[in-house]
Amino acid sequence: MIAVFMETRDGKIKICSLDALAVANGGAGVWGFATAAVLVGGAVADLVPSAFALGAAKVYLIENNIFADYSSQAYGLALAEFVGEVKPAALFFAATAMGRDLAPRVAARLGAGLASDCVKIAVKAGALEFTRPIYAGKAFLSLTLRSTPKLATLRPNVFPLGEAVPRAGEVVKMDVTVPEGTVKGRVTEVVKEESAEVDVTEADVIISGGRGLKGPENFALLRDVAAVFPRAAVGASRSAVDSGWIGHAHQVGQTGKTVSPNLYIAVGISGAIQHLAGMSSSKVIVAVNKDAEAPIFKVADYGIVGDLFEVLPRLKDELKKALAD
Amino acid sequence: MNILVFVKRVPDTESRIRIQHETKSIVEDGLNFVVSPYDEYAVEEALKLRETKGGTVRVVTVGKDEAVAVLRKCLAMGADEAFLVKDDSPETYDGLRTARIIARAVERKFAGTDLLLFGKQSVGADNSQVPAMVAELLGLPQATVVTKLEVEGTSATALREIEGGMEKIALALPAVVTAQKGLNEPRYETLKGIMAAKKKDIPVVKLEELGLGPDELASQVEVTGLDVPTQRQAGRILKGDPAETARELVRLLRAEAKVI
Repeated sequence: MIAVFMETRDGKIKICSLDALAVANGGAGVWGFATAAVLVGGAVADLVPSAFALGAAKVYLIENNIFADYSSQAYGLALAEFVGEVKPAALFFAATAMGRDLAPRVAARLGAGLASDCVKIAVKAGALEFTRPIYAGKAFLSLTLRSTPKLATLRPNVFPLGEAVPRAGEVVKMDVTVPEGTVKGRVTEVVKEESAEVDVTEADVIISGGRGLKGPENFALLRDVAAVFPRAAVGASRSAVDSGWIGHAHQVGQTGKTVSPNLYIAVGISGAIQHLAGMSSSKVIVAVNKDAEAPIFKVADYGIVGDLFEVLPRLKDELKKALAD
Repeated sequence: MNILVFVKRVPDTESRIRIQHETKSIVEDGLNFVVSPYDEYAVEEALKLRETKGGTVRVVTVGKDEAVAVLRKCLAMGADEAFLVKDDSPETYDGLRTARIIARAVERKFAGTDLLLFGKQSVGADNSQVPAMVAELLGLPQATVVTKLEVEGTSATALREIEGGMEKIALALPAVVTAQKGLNEPRYETLKGIMAAKKKDIPVVKLEELGLGPDELASQVEVTGLDVPTQRQAGRILKGDPAETARELVRLLRAEAKVI
């Protein structure tokens, strides 16, 4: 069995956890494993149907007030107990802030190997083979894990998802006791970004700006274009972030985020190696730059050589027209 | 306050990565090695805490003899002491193996540590595994991907980055904290610091001293392949009137690329 941890935020299962379940499920026929969803929280029984809707054969429910707020220590203990009892062949997580925080704790507790941030999973000679970027995507490493279970975090938005086949499976309730004194760190508050902007790792479209924007105020031009799309985010090059024009959460590249949206639009970005590493797995890349020799054009599917201040407003209008059709 | 900072020697971010296919490893010739960028934020945070709280900053790396160079850099920044835990094995990409070495070293050599600081990930293996694994092995709480840290007595508050916002974490010390860009601005080494760092003795901790069994030192990871991605090809370039190029681009994105 492959079990998938369901991350919950704001009373819902995160889409990328459901996607990870869909990946496990899509492989179920091919790989020969059944799939199960693992729900941990204060009161999360209401969420069971969404796991079945995505095709989980079983849902394991670990409910206890101590799990109401996320703590890596308590959640780590719960998942390790789940593995001890149910003995799945593998345990998957979405590679989110929580998944990356939690999966290594579970792995260490179990003495199991962990493949981080996978972009491809296959079965080779009966063993799960994980492929993951290293050096922010300058190279790809394929590996198998010697331990049982095998733990993996799956990068959101990169796996192809098939049609989900809903199932009505069994709900298994599990009691996990967390001994007093175990939890020495806990989340006391979640502070949302006021603008409620889409995170670059979760966006379908990213429009990123670099030094060519000349100043922080001109990121407004990018936000205008982003607003045309339903799920677009504003990204930035390292030099724009280091100049203090925009927050680090927007940085794409080797010391920022690695992204793979459907459409990546690089505006006024020359294309340093460390930036290209972070975005070259995007499906389609567009570059707008006044320098025809900029390295970004070597990786772009489409390029406009021109003044971004003249191109962007017109691009916004054209995109608006096209999307309204 | 006794602070331990863990750093790793990695190729700088402008490096072009080449593959040695027979050994499924990275070609190291010609690469410029540096302290992993996120680790520099961890070192800086430790130095800032020492300025306000007193205590010591000790820097540790697990690696080969060459890794001493990154320890010297940290000493030049102002760390009090540096230690090399000597591990001659090639990169395993297995976080658990490294975490076991570090956790045991902390228990045996660095008892009485209040805070263990790491970069949020090494730039290279990109695993983000070791710090949280060390925390689990030592039974400590953690805050990963932290952009703000405040220490008060035996507790700390950290702000950590999550999708679309921040989480505030309350920690009882000792604890593991991993540094994200934005936590601080790492200082440059001073000439005086560089000269002093050259003279400092860097003790070597041998793996055998840590008493780890062969099972604990075995890698869980078997590398089955290592490749560079296929080079993207340069595509179509549009030049001329901004209105026309914008219109043509949108047409291509819809009709040809089918992404909008």
